[in-house]
Amino acid sequence: MNKRDHALVQLTLVRFREFLREPEALFWVFIFPILLAAGLGVAFRNRPPEVLQIGAITGELKNALAKEKLLDVTEFSESAAAEQALRTGKIALLAEPASGGQVVYRYDETSPDARTARMLADAAIQRASGRVDPVASSDRLIREPGSRYIDFLLPGLLGMNLMGSGIWGLVFAIVDARRKKLMKRLIATPMPRHDYLLSFLLSRLGLLVVEVALLAGFGALVFQVPLRGSLLGLVLLCILGSLSFSAIGLLISSRLQTIEAASGVSNLVMMPMWVLSGVFFSAQRFPAAVQPVIHALPLTALIDALRANMLRGEPLAGLAPQLGVLAVWLLVSFSLALKLFRWR
Amino acid sequence: MWHHKRMSLTPAGPALRLRNLRKTYKDVIAVDGLDLEVRRGECFGLLGPNGAGKTTTIEICEGLTPADSGEVELLGMHWSSDAGALRQKLGIQLQETQLSEKLTVAETIRLFRSFFHQGPSTEEVIAQAQLIEKRGARVGGLSGGQKQRLALGCALVGDPEFLFLDEPTTGLDPQARRQLWDLIEQFKAAGRTILLTTHYMDEAERLCDRVAIMDHGKVIALGTPRELIASIGVEHIVEFSAGATAGLDVAALGRMEGIRGVRSENGSVLMQVAELHLAVPALLGELGRQGVTLTELRTHSATLEDVFVALTGRHLRDE
Repeated sequence: MNKRDHALVQLTLVRFREFLREPEALFWVFIFPILLAAGLGVAFRNRPPEVLQIGAITGELKNALAKEKLLDVTEFSESAAAEQALRTGKIALLAEPASGGQVVYRYDETSPDARTARMLADAAIQRASGRVDPVASSDRLIREPGSRYIDFLLPGLLGMNLMGSGIWGLVFAIVDARRKKLMKRLIATPMPRHDYLLSFLLSRLGLLVVEVALLAGFGALVFQVPLRGSLLGLVLLCILGSLSFSAIGLLISSRLQTIEAASGVSNLVMMPMWVLSGVFFSAQRFPAAVQPVIHALPLTALIDALRANMLRGEPLAGLAPQLGVLAVWLLVSFSLALKLFRWR
Repeated sequence: MWHHKRMSLTPAGPALRLRNLRKTYKDVIAVDGLDLEVRRGECFGLLGPNGAGKTTTIEICEGLTPADSGEVELLGMHWSSDAGALRQKLGIQLQETQLSEKLTVAETIRLFRSFFHQGPSTEEVIAQAQLIEKRGARVGGLSGGQKQRLALGCALVGDPEFLFLDEPTTGLDPQARRQLWDLIEQFKAAGRTILLTTHYMDEAERLCDRVAIMDHGKVIALGTPRELIASIGVEHIVEFSAGATAGLDVAALGRMEGIRGVRSENGSVLMQVAELHLAVPALLGELGRQGVTLTELRTHSATLEDVFVALTGRHLRDE
């Protein structure tokens, strides 16, 4: 006789099979975050200081400005052509002489490039006219991994990915099984119901290892994104985060009957977090009044904790507020889901 | 190939007993005071049109739908106290289940097998369901008949004492239906108790030892298919179309000897008769007297469909 399979093992295997046999799911969970990280990492990489294009109306001004290496000066003989260049953004600033030996700078003060050009140009002209700086100064340049955009972005993407796969992984599978009456068929067998729910958590944890290893490994290898905290701490954070989002997914899917409704409600739940939780830019940019709300969101808590672990090497003990937020979401969602869940 | 049940180990008494079962959905009475007994080892059919309450009844028996009132005693047990033990002894096939399309036949059977303490091996079940050559195929690629046999296989993994089949052949082509009937007949031969619902009269006549005809949540007739057909006192049905039915004197036909009833329907006339060899010549003579030309003449032995028509004046399938 063959040894009897355990229901939990078979159910978990089914979860893996269904996931691995869905090429689209594989793309969104494993490939898309890496493409996103690569694309944004390249687009927003820190570049060497750029030379700014400016214009000058007289040769005299041009010669004075040319002494500044970070400025590339074009000389215009007539102001109409110069204004045209300024309007179309070919030059960031136009220096023109005014009566009494004065200089006028024309530029858009809301543009950072133009403001920089204004400072550089003025310093060059003052120095050319004989200004002597009272304090001597020199520069010592540093470029440290951990303060770049990709370093900020990667923990954000990791959190976003854990949210997406946690919520979607459960909602889609459960609502689909309910819609197809497969769930009803399963509860007509002696299948232990907790095994059914547990199989989702087990498969989630299995896939999580791959998800996190791929994305964090990619960041570390390709962009040298630092992993300064303990790896165990990082793994525990990811597990807690994933469980919280799975519980939210279970709550969403507890009653819904159609994939359309499931998709709508899931997006409604996730959308505010994509925007507010600081995936792509710091959540601090939002007004102080909404900060308490933002910090109560599970994705904010997870991303804050991931950044603290990866970029600052913060131990778990220092992340109590974030861990607390995640644990509350986990417990509240899970208990509510168990109360509301319909097996048919 | 089939494991015969050791009947001596199971307690006496009916396999299923329903007493005064009631179930109402909003303002629709689905089951209206149903009493029923299914004997051990028999194949019992619930026959009726769509909406008669067959599926609600079978799902109450399966412990999937709670009844509003009444009692279900299944294999001497009750859902309220013995659900765990009962689930191990039942094989269930539901009407609309779509099994996961991305799994293979063998993976699906193995999953269902893992829920039961005892029963045949995965390979044995695949062989029973006649799906050996499809064991590695994805469920999504199976034909309707193969999917239905797989659903049946999933019902057999626990070596069930009692098998519930809800419209097992609905939507299948004739060949796939016959293949499924062969399978169900094998279970019967193995001594399992079966409760099946169907709205196909030929299916009930072929498979069922006894039949309950349901309408509006009630049993309106109960017995073996032979008994039920005999109960309407009609052996045969004669059906004909005439060139000009407008001029036909239907009442005169009804006065003929041995004619139990006459109805007009969609341009043809149906007569219930006891003795074909007397009725047909008499009919031809009467039509000749009325000067009506015959365009079509058919006879068939009375079926459960005719029983339903005789009892309700409606057809089982209103298409």
